[in-house]
Amino acid sequence: MTAVFPDIWPALPEIFLALSGVALLMLGVFRGDGFTRPVSYLSIVCMLLAAVLAMGYGSGRVVTFNGMFVMDAFGVFMKVLVLVSAAFAVILGLGFNEREQIARFEYPVLMIFATLGMLMMISANDFISLYVGLETQSLALYVIAAFRRDSAKSSEAGLKYFVLGSLSSGMLLYGASLVYGFAGTTSFDKVAALFAGGAHVSPGLVIGLVFVMAGLAFKVSAAPFHMWTPDVYEGAPTPVTAFFAAAPKVAAIALLTRVVIEPFGHLAAQWHQVLVATAILSMVIGSFVAIMQTNIKRLMAYSSIGHVGYALVGLTTGTQDGVRGVLIYMALYIAMNIGAFAVILSMKAKGRMLEEIKDFSGLSKTNPMLAATMAIFMFSMAGIPPMAGFFGKLYVFLAAVAAQEYTLAVVGVLTSVVGAFYYLRIIKIMYFDEPAVVVDKVDDDGMTGVLVITSLFTLLFFVAPAPILNGAAAAAAALFAG
Amino acid sequence: MASWPILSFATFLPLVGVALILLFCRGNTPDVLRNVRFIALWTTLVTFVLTLLIWVNFDPRNPGYQMVEKAGWIPEFGINYHMGVDGISVLFVVLSGFLMPLCILASWESVQVRLKEYMIAFLALETLMIGMFCALDFVLFYMFFEGVLIPMFLIIGIWGGPRRVYAAFKFFLYTLLGSVLMLLAILAMYYVAGTTDIPTITATQFPRNMQLWLWLAFFASFAVKVPMWPVHTWLPDAHVEAPTAGSVILAGVLLKMGGYGFLRFNIPILPEATEYFAPLIYTLSVVAVIYTSLVALAQEDMKKLIAYSSVAHMGFVTIGMFALNQQGIEGSVFQMLSHGVVSGALFLCVGVVYDRLHTREIARYGGLVKNMPKYAVVFLFMTMASVGLPGTAGFVGEFLVLMGVFRDNTWVAALAATGMVLGAAYALWLYRRVVYGKLTKPDVKAMFDMTPREIAVFVPLIVVVLWMGVYPSSFLNVTSASVEQLIQTYQTKLAASHAASDVSVAAR
Repeated sequence: MTAVFPDIWPALPEIFLALSGVALLMLGVFRGDGFTRPVSYLSIVCMLLAAVLAMGYGSGRVVTFNGMFVMDAFGVFMKVLVLVSAAFAVILGLGFNEREQIARFEYPVLMIFATLGMLMMISANDFISLYVGLETQSLALYVIAAFRRDSAKSSEAGLKYFVLGSLSSGMLLYGASLVYGFAGTTSFDKVAALFAGGAHVSPGLVIGLVFVMAGLAFKVSAAPFHMWTPDVYEGAPTPVTAFFAAAPKVAAIALLTRVVIEPFGHLAAQWHQVLVATAILSMVIGSFVAIMQTNIKRLMAYSSIGHVGYALVGLTTGTQDGVRGVLIYMALYIAMNIGAFAVILSMKAKGRMLEEIKDFSGLSKTNPMLAATMAIFMFSMAGIPPMAGFFGKLYVFLAAVAAQEYTLAVVGVLTSVVGAFYYLRIIKIMYFDEPAVVVDKVDDDGMTGVLVITSLFTLLFFVAPAPILNGAAAAAAALFAG
Repeated sequence: MASWPILSFATFLPLVGVALILLFCRGNTPDVLRNVRFIALWTTLVTFVLTLLIWVNFDPRNPGYQMVEKAGWIPEFGINYHMGVDGISVLFVVLSGFLMPLCILASWESVQVRLKEYMIAFLALETLMIGMFCALDFVLFYMFFEGVLIPMFLIIGIWGGPRRVYAAFKFFLYTLLGSVLMLLAILAMYYVAGTTDIPTITATQFPRNMQLWLWLAFFASFAVKVPMWPVHTWLPDAHVEAPTAGSVILAGVLLKMGGYGFLRFNIPILPEATEYFAPLIYTLSVVAVIYTSLVALAQEDMKKLIAYSSVAHMGFVTIGMFALNQQGIEGSVFQMLSHGVVSGALFLCVGVVYDRLHTREIARYGGLVKNMPKYAVVFLFMTMASVGLPGTAGFVGEFLVLMGVFRDNTWVAALAATGMVLGAAYALWLYRRVVYGKLTKPDVKAMFDMTPREIAVFVPLIVVVLWMGVYPSSFLNVTSASVEQLIQTYQTKLAASHAASDVSVAAR
């Protein structure tokens, strides 16, 4: 067997990002912490350039690196989402880290490496490359979660994330080895071909599949594997939380989607009920438990659990329409989630960060623009038209109705009414209550930019929804073509 | 026929007013606030003129959709920007346009805090209301239908009374719960028909079993909106807590969305289910008419009393609709229009005295006829219109509804007619307690009569109520062709499905 140099062009964004990550690390090491801002700006530029490179890939499915790595329109869509949301997350951290005196050049560099891992997850076409991508991402994320080293909460968050994350990685690895044992291969394509040929599905393989899905459910923080989410979200520095709630979630959803559709597409009968249970539990826990929260970051954690539940409703159908719904949902969720975190990061009084929900009291009087922005995100998350969030729910539920998953659809809309209650509560606190503290003006240009972009996107998405909807449709079609 | 997109103009013009307020009115000086008021007033007036132009352009002999606009929105998904009005919707567009300037005028002085946001909320509300009545695409319709919740939630919650938070939440969540079920029904139709175009879906035949579920899902949304007994309980709370203008819009237009929905979707799209569920509607409506009238008799709060009377009057509307004949449906459309004007006027009447004494408790008033004679005349006139005195708008609608339902079901007609008697009882008793009696309370004595601004609000209302009562043909002419077509669609589809089921039975 002769070694053939692999076709590296499909992996260009990853290679570029890896090289720029190393280069920025060197730059930071030699110039010191005083050089954090330039490194951050450069990392944003690198991420956006990588997104451009990903977009330049075009379409068509290419498998390279001996079947380990796949690139298709689905990968393009998800990678662009991950990269853009990561770039936004770096912007969100700039001012915060300086104020809290944790501004270090490692922060953007770690973000780049985490993002690199995510890109690899999205393009994984083998259980080995899946695991490598996942761990590249996770290792960087564990460090970022504990980035505020001298805060007990942040360290605890990092440790908790590390222990539970390793546990889930272990489960995933165990499941992957079971699949390998019973299917005889780790390659997604070969597993798919095996079951397309009508191979006998042994119980051992199903157990392996369930373990893999449990591990991935951990990563997307779907119930019943969601326990780490509120604590990590609360403990980690807020920009890190914003990052956690966006990019890794997209990558993990992409991975889960690829795993259930490509290698296990013919085993829908086996994974279907697992996903149904996970989706229903996530939606119910995400909406009911959030009602009791007093900390805005914990509330966002439960909200993200609920949103993952809605996205999983689309995936449960296992149809092209369903995957399209998932992609649309994630794209819109990312925008409003980053926006909502930008508002939370702007909430400070006399330089002190405000993280309690009651601190939002009367925000509409002290800072009307910030309150209006938050209201847009909250209405959007509640799924009220004409905000963007409505369209996400629309396409997910459309797929569910088309696939005759009526139970899921009804549970979904009912929990979204419960969810509306706590989103409305924030609006009530901002608009109906009297101000308790005077919130400082937003004095960070990057933050203002993020707020303006995300809120206008969320508010005016309905004017021209076609590009994102068509992009998602093309991406979903690519996944099923391959 | 208008060649320019007049419906879109009327729909989105209020947003231009919003943009003007946002761009040019900064600060909180009296001058700025005056500008805000005038921008809002002029925007709504111009919008009203546009809605009148729509009426003028409307050809009453053509039963189909007119002034149709169609543009690609998400064409790949079969979703288009499709607007148009027919005889059923055109008058609601005019009603929305008519009530809005009056609401702005009524809030001229009573709203002092956060005036800018208040006017923006009302203008946004107008866009959503007009858009909803013009939308001919389900996704577009749903966007407008639900979007209404946002400004109304803020209006009740920010400018409302002491229990405003409770009322705002109840309003929002009740309505949302109904609407999301409708959304599922819309999605199911979308899946079957491959498009969300309302005319196309109206022409689609759905299987009977599916129709029953779809009908219930639509019913969940519209029954809450109308509201029908027993899901009416949000309405008294919302009305009591909402500011006067909010109540006017709520009673005047928002409730009509439910009735409009029944007419536009349940009856023509789901005829078999409509036939099957008509007795349910009759039952609930008769209960609503009698029960809520009795409840209204027991109220201590003026607004609550009128709110319950709204439930009763809307009961007539649903009865008339599901009589499914020309008189019944035309009557129910007319009743919705007249109720929109009359109940709006009644809430404004409450607003007049509320602005002076800041209480809605009936017992706190009495003997107003002595010091507020003009007010007493206006209030009496509107009370009579609400009771259904011949010569006023209220009579025509109720008469047609009773006539229509009498042809279909005598018992329902008889029971509904008792509601009219009870209606006279609570309305006249309210009037007696507030306006007649001895003028003893010192603070009531100090109340002054209506100001020119208030008179300017009521004059158009009185004119319209009289016009509708004396010459109803000018309104009924507009609706009749479309209603005829609606009934025909209903009967044709029903006959076709009966024939189909006969064949299948025979084949078995």
